[in-house]
Amino acid sequence: MPTKILKKRKLIPGTTSELTLDAPQIAKKAQPGNFIILRVSENGERIPLTIADADPEAGTIKIVYLVLGKTTAELETLDEGDEIHDLCGPLGKATHIEKEGTVICVGGGTGIAAMHHIAKGHHKAGNHVVAIIGARNKDLLLFYDELTAFCPEVLVSTDDGSFGHKGFVTEVLKKRLEEDKTVKEVVAIGPVPMMRAVALTTEPFGVKTTVSLNSIMVDGIGMCGACRVTVGGEVKFACVDGPEFDGHKVDFAELSARLGAYKPQEKDSHEQYKCRCQCHE
Amino acid sequence: MSSAKKAIKPRVPMPEQPAAERRRNFEEVALGYTLELAMEEAARCLQCKKPPCQKGCPVEVNIKDFVGHLAKGDVVAAYRTIKETNSLPAVCGRVCPQEIQCEGSCVLGKKGQPVAIGRLERFAADEFAAKSACEEITGMPECPMIQEDLKVACIGSGPSSLTVAGYLSSRGVKVTVFEALHEPGGVLTYGIPRFRLPKRIVKREVDALKENQVDIVLNWVGGKTFSVEELFEDGYKAVFVGVGAGLPRFMGIPGENLIGVFSANEYLTRVNLGRAWNFPEFDTPCFACTRATVIGGGNVAMDAARTALRLGAEKVTIVYRRTQDEMPARQEELHHALEEGVELACLCGPLAFNGDERGYLKSMTVQKMTLGEPDASGRCRPCALEGETMEIETDMCVVAVGSGPNPVLLGATPEIETNRRGYIVINEETGETAMENVFAGGDIVTGSATVILAMGAGRRAAQEIARRLGVE
Ligand SMILES: Cc1cc2nc3c(=O)[nH]c(=O)nc-3n(C[C@H](O)[C@H](O)[C@H](O)COP(=O)(O)OP(=O)(O)OC[C@H]3O[C@@H](n4cnc5c(N)ncnc54)[C@H](O)[C@@H]3O)c2cc1C
Ligand SMILES: Cc1cc2nc3c(=O)[nH]c(=O)nc-3n(C[C@H](O)[C@H](O)[C@H](O)COP(=O)(O)OP(=O)(O)OC[C@H]3O[C@@H](n4cnc5c(N)ncnc54)[C@H](O)[C@@H]3O)c2cc1C
Ligand code: SF4
Ligand code: SF4
Ligand code: FES
Repeated sequence: MPTKILKKRKLIPGTTSELTLDAPQIAKKAQPGNFIILRVSENGERIPLTIADADPEAGTIKIVYLVLGKTTAELETLDEGDEIHDLCGPLGKATHIEKEGTVICVGGGTGIAAMHHIAKGHHKAGNHVVAIIGARNKDLLLFYDELTAFCPEVLVSTDDGSFGHKGFVTEVLKKRLEEDKTVKEVVAIGPVPMMRAVALTTEPFGVKTTVSLNSIMVDGIGMCGACRVTVGGEVKFACVDGPEFDGHKVDFAELSARLGAYKPQEKDSHEQYKCRCQCHE
Repeated sequence: MSSAKKAIKPRVPMPEQPAAERRRNFEEVALGYTLELAMEEAARCLQCKKPPCQKGCPVEVNIKDFVGHLAKGDVVAAYRTIKETNSLPAVCGRVCPQEIQCEGSCVLGKKGQPVAIGRLERFAADEFAAKSACEEITGMPECPMIQEDLKVACIGSGPSSLTVAGYLSSRGVKVTVFEALHEPGGVLTYGIPRFRLPKRIVKREVDALKENQVDIVLNWVGGKTFSVEELFEDGYKAVFVGVGAGLPRFMGIPGENLIGVFSANEYLTRVNLGRAWNFPEFDTPCFACTRATVIGGGNVAMDAARTALRLGAEKVTIVYRRTQDEMPARQEELHHALEEGVELACLCGPLAFNGDERGYLKSMTVQKMTLGEPDASGRCRPCALEGETMEIETDMCVVAVGSGPNPVLLGATPEIETNRRGYIVINEETGETAMENVFAGGDIVTGSATVILAMGAGRRAAQEIARRLGVE
């Protein structure tokens, strides 16, 4: 299904944008934790992106992406009114949300967008949601306003101290956990090293920790096994068994290694693409 | 017996790309008969009074008649005859395991080579130039008008669903096919490589369906984007489930998640659906390797091995725990693979994958086996030779040891009853599942089988649906 881009918001110019897409059927079904798979163009690769928000009434969903390689660079060239060639979803298991008390949602980088949908779900379920978000500096911080709109607490850390705590989100998290023993769950979405660090931080506190794994995917419906991850010694397919898993059980080292499987080809593809674009300028 | 007269002419050889050339390209290997060659081969048929070949075909194509028409050079009549029971002859002619089906039952096979029924079927389908979509689908010039309110949905777009769509649309039913991936065709598109089944063959079939007002909705996932229940709310009168057996099996041995170990589904999907064979023209990448191994002995293993060869692997070895004689692959594929230089390591059962410190596959440890007593399936059971292991150097391994039922649609539709192994239980007569007016067929019922069986199942269900809708 070609899908129309209704709105484009450049969150961090050149690197991160938010698209509002006309996808009524997906919007109707989307739950926090779900993702979509898209192909930007006819010859494109299938890539997964988290549903950052869904509005069933308006029939729209939002995605937020970081420009990394060829596919996301090509996506960034599209504008309002343009169409995405293929879009499929909502995929993956929805986040398990119940009324439980205080829930801390930790987000890093583009992961904050994905975390936002889950935080909103926990808020709607009646939980006290504490958002902890981090970025390199103030200008790269995403979704601060959106989160403040419903989270009673939004704690920030930046690497350079330009906003909030100077340092890592895990330091803020640790402090918060030390002060408050009633926290029922920690949800973490972001780069793999961040999620691993969060899981290590929460372990001594014995707090349930949910992470969302971004393994390489092809079909997203359990048909290829590209996305397999090891959780508690068992092999799971992130696209259908996840993408959320118990952070204390995930083999993060394996996940990191597997994410690098196609590095040489991705580099080639992106270089060629950049070259093609420049030639056409 | 006047034995002198009975000497059987050998079958007319099929022109092929030479092995040395084709092992590095993705063009079709077998080039097909010309009319002259087809007529010559068809003339070998004895036109038996009680032809056993027909019983050997799972959908009982009237082989004697269609071959008889071809012997006279009448392609139109041949096509029409085949289409009475087989909706995808261009596909079946290429991929059916003929040696154990139609050709395996041909009387000529007793003393010499059987009639090349598959090749002739392929010829008739390739050569036939339909004047309309209806003619392409049914062989008949005209179909009834589509009744927009007589709606039937198919979930999945593999051969079983395409058969249902063809059968019902040619009887005036409005059919919509919902496919999760971005291209229709099921395994015909994402699994079987184009050097064996060119994509234009599948496209021609799908185009004819579309022209016959079948709607093909892509990127639409049953159980996720929509539910079976919602289809009935939307006015569909019946639903056919043909979602295949796409869940890849792994062996559960150490090192299986190392970089370089793939399921056959992933490897073939990247190359076929993602067109990774044409990277970076197409964006989907494929893993580059020098020494490839493939585990398994079926068609899937052959396809993966020959694909790895074409993508530049210097050495490709198929690792199989029984011997060459027990391999379930079509004879022709095994033969082609060996011609192209694929090597076999038989009587080897994988024990572990070994990697380097970066998590990349370096080698595989295998258990040497020997053949023991036949098991329930009649094939000799492989037995481990205690203490005898071997190391095979490899930087890419494709695991092709079978598949299971995909959980996405069935997990969301508990009303559809499944068996112990997770496949759908149907009424064998009608194809109906435990959910009323929901039918199923193909690999999601039988487990991984063949194209022709999936089509046969689609046809059975379509006949029942047509009867219930009063259009039979
Ligand atoms: C469930 C899930 C949800 C995700 N949600 C988001 C999101 O909301 N926003 C966001 O910016 N990113 C998200 N990602 C990551 C995103 O899919 C990758 O950044 C994207 O595929 C990169 O593609 P590329 O061609 O631009 O870059 P490439 O240069 O091709 O790849 C850069 C890196 O991205 C990863 N990657 C590449 N191809 C794939 C693939 N097919 N599937 C998964 N990862 C791949 C690899 O680690 C690779 O090294 C998500 C991933 C998963 C699995
Ligand atoms: C590599 C390979 C080689 C083979 N070679 C041969 C051969 O030479 N000869 C032979 O006879 N057979 C061969 N087979 C087997 C044959 O292809 C299958 O038996 C046949 O395709 C089964 O058809 P099907 O209609 O049941 O489903 P499939 O062809 O499996 O198609 C199922 C379709 O349903 C879609 N789907 C799944 N879940 C959903 C959902 N929830 N919503 C929407 N769509 C969904 C899938 O994406 C897929 O497109 C081979 C199989 C493979 C994998
Ligand atoms: S459909 Fe297959 S088995 Fe039947 S006649 Fe054709 S090739 Fe033979
Ligand atoms: S069994 Fe062989 S020879 Fe006899 S009719 Fe069939 S194809 Fe012809
Ligand atoms: S992406 Fe293919 S199984 Fe998960």
